[in-house]
Amino acid sequence: MSTPHSSSTTSAPHRASPPQIPQSLTLAALTASSASPSSSSASGMRDAAEDDSDSPPSQMSEDDPGGGGGGGDRWEPDLRGGNGGGGRWAPPDQVLENVLESVLEFLTAARDRNAASLVCRSWYRAEAQTRRELFIGNCYAVSPRRAAERFGGLRSVVLKGKPRFADFSLVPYGWGAYVSPWVAALGPAYPRLERICLKRMTVSDDDLALVAKSFPFFRELSLVCCDGFSTVGLAVVAERCRHLRVLDLIEDYVEDEDDELVDWISKFPESNTSLESLVFDCVSVPFNFDALEALVARSPALRRLRVNHHVSVEQLRRLMARAPQLTHFGTGAFRSEAAPGGGLSVTELATSFAASRSIICLSGFRDVNPEYLPAIYPVCAKLTSLNFSFASLTAEELKPVIRNCINLRTFWVLDTVGDEGLRAVADTCSDLRELRVFPLDASEDSEGSVSDVGLLAISEGCRKLESILYFCQRMTNAAVIAMSKNCPDLVVFRLCIMGRHRPDWITRDPMDDGFGAIVMNCKKLTRLSVSGLLTDKAFAYIGKYGKLIKTLSVAFAGNSDMSLQYIFEGCTKLQKLEVRDSPFSDKGLLSGLNYFYNMRFLWMNSCRLTMRGCKDVAQQMQNLVVEVIKDHSDDEGEAEIVDKLYLYRSLAGPRNDAPPFVTLL
Amino acid sequence: MAGLGFEETELRLGLPGGGSDAGDAAAARKRGFEETIDLKLKLEQPASAAAACVEKEAEEGEAEAAAASATGGGNMKSRSPSQSSVVTADDAQPDPEKPRAPKAQAVGWPPVRSSRKNILSVQKGGKDDGKSGAGAAAFVKVSMDGAPYLRKVDLRTYGSYQELSKALEKMLSSFTIGSCGGSQQGMQGVNETKLADLLSGSEYVPTYEDKDGDWMLVGDVPWEMFVESCKRLRIMKGSEAVGLAPRAMEKCKNSC
Repeated sequence: MSTPHSSSTTSAPHRASPPQIPQSLTLAALTASSASPSSSSASGMRDAAEDDSDSPPSQMSEDDPGGGGGGGDRWEPDLRGGNGGGGRWAPPDQVLENVLESVLEFLTAARDRNAASLVCRSWYRAEAQTRRELFIGNCYAVSPRRAAERFGGLRSVVLKGKPRFADFSLVPYGWGAYVSPWVAALGPAYPRLERICLKRMTVSDDDLALVAKSFPFFRELSLVCCDGFSTVGLAVVAERCRHLRVLDLIEDYVEDEDDELVDWISKFPESNTSLESLVFDCVSVPFNFDALEALVARSPALRRLRVNHHVSVEQLRRLMARAPQLTHFGTGAFRSEAAPGGGLSVTELATSFAASRSIICLSGFRDVNPEYLPAIYPVCAKLTSLNFSFASLTAEELKPVIRNCINLRTFWVLDTVGDEGLRAVADTCSDLRELRVFPLDASEDSEGSVSDVGLLAISEGCRKLESILYFCQRMTNAAVIAMSKNCPDLVVFRLCIMGRHRPDWITRDPMDDGFGAIVMNCKKLTRLSVSGLLTDKAFAYIGKYGKLIKTLSVAFAGNSDMSLQYIFEGCTKLQKLEVRDSPFSDKGLLSGLNYFYNMRFLWMNSCRLTMRGCKDVAQQMQNLVVEVIKDHSDDEGEAEIVDKLYLYRSLAGPRNDAPPFVTLL
Repeated sequence: MAGLGFEETELRLGLPGGGSDAGDAAAARKRGFEETIDLKLKLEQPASAAAACVEKEAEEGEAEAAAASATGGGNMKSRSPSQSSVVTADDAQPDPEKPRAPKAQAVGWPPVRSSRKNILSVQKGGKDDGKSGAGAAAFVKVSMDGAPYLRKVDLRTYGSYQELSKALEKMLSSFTIGSCGGSQQGMQGVNETKLADLLSGSEYVPTYEDKDGDWMLVGDVPWEMFVESCKRLRIMKGSEAVGLAPRAMEKCKNSC
């Protein structure tokens, strides 16, 4: 189905049919005969490039490959060209197509490509042949077969599966998002495929084996928040993908039955490898360190290495000696394996860091011994990214490190840093763009070590802040308002006040005004997570001012269905809405009817929905898949109550791999 | 607190029989069990009951914190529910539309991925060899007698038996165990007779298979130990579980 594509206009035609001499065809005739696809109602095709900041390295732009959005029109483009293929339009002008394709090669952004594909049939075909990366934000929105039929020359596929609340145990095990049908379809269609990126999908060892087998030019595998595979699958990838450049395993759940552990690191090619990035800190089982050291030694292109916590500082030193050119380094445990008193000295470790002149990103520190922290001082000044979010360090331990990091742009840390530590960040890191403060004790009644004081300090010192995720127990409207004014470049604002329904702790007011100020003043905001005590007023603000918001997360908030109505009616760019434990009923749900096709999905759990409301939606919206998910296996008297609703636009119709606890309406 | 006899039902974070200020080691094990088998549906409660429960939890929390400092667990989570929970109760909205916050922790809240939970316990325990936690998920299969298929839960997303119990209850909420344990029920404490009644009845009992392949009652050991040693969970009928209780206690006596 796919043929190697050449962009040169002098190459042989890559379509099976047309003769060398182009059919006489004027431009007028061409455009007259290529009607623009009438199926693409405005509702179906609105897309935007999206910066998904859930996990650090994944920058995924967004695309919706559906050719027929809202109206159910079944126009199928003829991708084969027209040699006797039908009298509805003239065979394509080969030269013109080639020129068009050459030009379209320069279009990389999915949004631009989608727009180009709508111009006319000729452009649709040309775009379909030249698109190199396919992004599918919801793997159930389109069937693999359909995607493979449309696009001729893909080199890279990005797929996302489960809704984000799956990360918080809200989606039962076995829900779906299996990559198998995709691999099965992509294999024959794209033998030159180089890159696969998956997020929140279930990937088995067999899937990995099939990937390794199907794509001889495979270069890059990135699995984020996936599950279902083990070291067995990793071994196959290591062994068979001889041109592998990137193997990034990020926050996956890797099955680790002890008796089935495989020494996958040893399976990489014995000659020099092309590896540029090897990230496996989430693979929590022990591995063969000597094999890793040898692998690093024969991987001259390696720039990013993130090891798991089974690596001591002594071993780190050996790795750094082998790979002085590293730019991104995940440091494992950052602790000595020797008895206290023995082991590596801080000075020796510091020497190693000093020799690694290219390091700009540090992470790991999974079981850090604070005595070793000064070893990283030699690289602090150059660091642009520092991830201490697994290191339980006090403010006193962190401050000396922070004070050296004058060029930091990304900082992830636990709330043990305290307001005081955040003050140090504010004083030092004037270039900071992204801050994430995670809770050491992620429970509702924990103390919480950071507060409005820290947030205010950050807002005063880090004026260029673009993205913030902040877990706390005490917050004030004043601090949030201050941040909205001090940090006008905010694109992502996620504030999680962990105790439910907490008001401003000083004034006792709801947090409406704070979040209202954020949407009002941060004109670039595209992602918002709200928390604390919130009334409908907060959502009135969000609807009124949040015109660029694409992702909105709501928990334990709002008083009535008006909140939902404000959101649907006001947030015209809304793509993803996730709601939990809020008093919204069928009425609120139905207020979104006219907007669901513009969105990728809506998730609602533990609200006040009933089967009747959900069925209403399903009946009125043919291109929506409406899933009701139960936690228990048998029906009870409570069958009318809907605990979990997940609805999404789809060209593929209801899926056929749903487990028994999912009802497709 | 002493008057209500709640110390018997408290969960302690120390090792059984070591550092605990409870006199009776057997009671220490049993009390954990009592707390966890409360799979009764947790209905939304009227505000007054919620406030009363919050108070009890506050007292319980203070006693627990005292116990924690007595055992010298420096890194233990220091709860001050007296501050936070009472604040919540005070702010219970007069608006009847507002949902009453159930007292137990909500699943998946705060929204932190499982790899980020239990960082505290990893730091405290240092590295184990082999399958160390370090934030890795601990999926175990959950089977329930009579249910058509297995489920899987990640034990590391829960911080306590209460949380696990709530999650199991959600999963299997058609099955309840009588009103045993659980501070909101206002129980006066438990005794052997009640336990026997429970086990011989038709109610269901959560059990687990540990590293040694033995089947134990859930709740016998401190939470962290349980997470480390649990291989799979089975919710079995009370009548079948009768033989487990003495065996479990015996095992603990021998190995702890």
